[in-house]
Amino acid sequence: MDATGIGLWGVPLAILGGAIRVSTPFIFVSIGEAITERSGRINLGLEGTLVFGAMTAYAVAVKSGSPWLGLISAAFAGLCFGLFHGWICKFPKVNDIAIGIALMLFGSGLAFFFGKPFIQPSAPDLPAIPFGAWSDIPQVRAALDVNVLFLIGAALAVFLWWAFRNTRAGLIVRVVGDSSDAARAMGLNPNTVRLVTTGVGGALAGIGGAYLSLYYPGSWTERISSGQGLMAVALVIFARWNPLGCFAAALLFGGAGALGPALQSVGVTQGYYLFYAAPYILTLIIMIATSSPSRTLAGAPGELSIIK
Amino acid sequence: MSSSFYRKAIGAETIGMTMRFGAFTALDDVSIKVPAGSFHALLGENGAGKSTLVKCMMGFYHPTSGDMLVDGREVTIASPRDASALGLGMVYQHFTLVPSLTGAENLVISREKVPGVIDWRKERGALAAFMSGMPFKVPLDVKVAELAAGEKQKLEIIKQLYLGRNFLVLDEPTSVLTPGEAQEVLGLVRDMTKAGDLTVLMISHKFHEVTAFADDITVLRKGRLTGTGKVSDLSHREMATMMIGDQPIAALDSRAEPRPDAEIVLKVKALKAPDRTGLKSIDIADLGVRSGEIVGIAGISGNGQKEFLEVLAGQRAREAGEVMVRGTAYAATRAEARALNVRLIPEEPLKNACAPRMTVAENIAFRTFDVDGSGKPVSWISAGAIKSFSARLVEQFKVKTASLSSPIASLSGGNVQRAVLARELTGEVDLLIVSNPCFGLDFSAVAEIRARIMKARNAGAAVLLMSEDLDELLELSDRILVMSDGALVYEAPIAQASVQTIGEHMAGHH
Repeated sequence: MDATGIGLWGVPLAILGGAIRVSTPFIFVSIGEAITERSGRINLGLEGTLVFGAMTAYAVAVKSGSPWLGLISAAFAGLCFGLFHGWICKFPKVNDIAIGIALMLFGSGLAFFFGKPFIQPSAPDLPAIPFGAWSDIPQVRAALDVNVLFLIGAALAVFLWWAFRNTRAGLIVRVVGDSSDAARAMGLNPNTVRLVTTGVGGALAGIGGAYLSLYYPGSWTERISSGQGLMAVALVIFARWNPLGCFAAALLFGGAGALGPALQSVGVTQGYYLFYAAPYILTLIIMIATSSPSRTLAGAPGELSIIK
Repeated sequence: MSSSFYRKAIGAETIGMTMRFGAFTALDDVSIKVPAGSFHALLGENGAGKSTLVKCMMGFYHPTSGDMLVDGREVTIASPRDASALGLGMVYQHFTLVPSLTGAENLVISREKVPGVIDWRKERGALAAFMSGMPFKVPLDVKVAELAAGEKQKLEIIKQLYLGRNFLVLDEPTSVLTPGEAQEVLGLVRDMTKAGDLTVLMISHKFHEVTAFADDITVLRKGRLTGTGKVSDLSHREMATMMIGDQPIAALDSRAEPRPDAEIVLKVKALKAPDRTGLKSIDIADLGVRSGEIVGIAGISGNGQKEFLEVLAGQRAREAGEVMVRGTAYAATRAEARALNVRLIPEEPLKNACAPRMTVAENIAFRTFDVDGSGKPVSWISAGAIKSFSARLVEQFKVKTASLSSPIASLSGGNVQRAVLARELTGEVDLLIVSNPCFGLDFSAVAEIRARIMKARNAGAAVLLMSEDLDELLELSDRILVMSDGALVYEAPIAQASVQTIGEHMAGHH
């Protein structure tokens, strides 16, 4: 990317473009996790699901030639991971966080195992919509090349925000997440509801993985996620379990992640590695700033095991 | 839905209801009759079988034998769903509303049939029409978590009526309400039964409520029916005899005369601390507790009493102010508590004063295990000394436990509290801080625990007693204070305290 043509304007533009590009997996994973956590369960395994989804999508796309088939397979693989987590956690004395960590390692390990032969071949990409076609400036074009998954993610965030208030399913998830006793008194089975939400959360994380390997960065490597799945889980807390908040937080993190490459592109040669750490530093700062020794988190679902 | 709102009250009856769990008979041949439009009270101690009986009626349990009649017809109730289809509903002691949902959301989602997409405009219209026919007024658009306890209790009842249930079991409905709220809620319920819109079976152990509102009572003891009759024909003494039989009840020590010139043991000045939400703070301007008196602090839960106790117990950091015990600054360290003889009995003792999985002996020895007879720290802990110390206390405080090495979590609530009392009241006690000591305990345990507290007072301890049970405060305290919204807002010597005034201050009407 050559930003010299438009000078320092390249930095905010690259950050905007980067925010849109980098944030998409965050959006899917954090929205998926928000659904799961709203029902009172935490799935830390989404990092593994993300990596496995990336591998599945890439492998299927290579073999079949269709990125969409890859995407659907990744969602299905994620669904299976989620349902597995949900199924194990229904047993008494099982801790959802411990199972999540186990599944995180398991998912990554399995993906590395099956993914070895797919490191070399290249797969077709998911399509993007050139919203920047009106402009002659290549940087603008690059920044406004928006992948359809980003748009779907944005729509999904708005839809969920609406659905949590206005649909039966949304209210049921909130009831189960806030009080298992109340849910049982209504004749709902909390385990079933959580099984479904964990499954849906897993499927969305799988889609996030597909985006990683099929669009940006657009290839399958073992370091493809570098902890994005875990950070997305942290995002959910930062976003106070609100899907719109998840979307905004994902954009913020995406933007922070784009800071390093953007500075590099305008010729900052020293210390830009530090800016690569921006999202991680941002996570730390946000977690510290929003924590408190003497009060519980506002808006947290009452059944969540970390706040009990 | 709308036709069911105006269904008339229904009556219910059990015949020879028996429930066995293995070899244990929880309910033995109990027949009660609650006619349509009556207000019936079900009395009994903890474990007397009250909740087993209503759970059999509501379909949570399947009785070993016995029949159930609704409006004179025999019915089979295999599940709570069946019960609700017949119009039977239950309001639990603990709220079953979902805290983060609004009242309207709670009502709509609890309905049998909820449309996939909820048309809020239509639902709100229907709810407004329904509420206009109700004597209760509750805001439906705020989150349930933000409602006062009385409003929540009203909303629970409204929910049952909204679901078309006209026979309601109320399980100790006033245990979390102020006297004023309790009067209001029960008064409204009573008006509805009088009008023939509602039948109520209320589990209670507050005699004054039963006398004021109920028509008939049934009393259970150890799973058997021990008495029934019209409230107007029975005195409190007769009810109490039906409830507890003739087992001896520990009597309170007579109150030693308080000395107005006694030393001020606990002094709290301009204390400020954040509350649990971090949004409000508690602010205790000035409080002194003298040796040989019990100072009671009344208040609805959530008004800062818990935080105040946590500060005194060293569980919560304070922002400003000072706590002095016998003129020495007190920060609740183990050394200070030991030097100044400060003892603490927090609420929910199993959670707040015990290590649940450690043994009874170890829990009882928490204060003393690391010192020898003369108060010097020991380098080796003697299991034998812990055992013999605990054995003596278990004996003395009548803690019923299978063995000294059972985990304390396996004891009943009353015995956990006895074990904690044994630990806290042994040795010199200059200051005793107590919170809700009798919550959820049965009659005889309550009497015994109150007697122990009174005894400590008479022996010269300064006692600070926080309680949500006003009757308990009126029985024990020498002075009574009211805590509301994080501050002490009212103070009166017990002789001049009136339930009316205290209730108004608790509700924050001043």
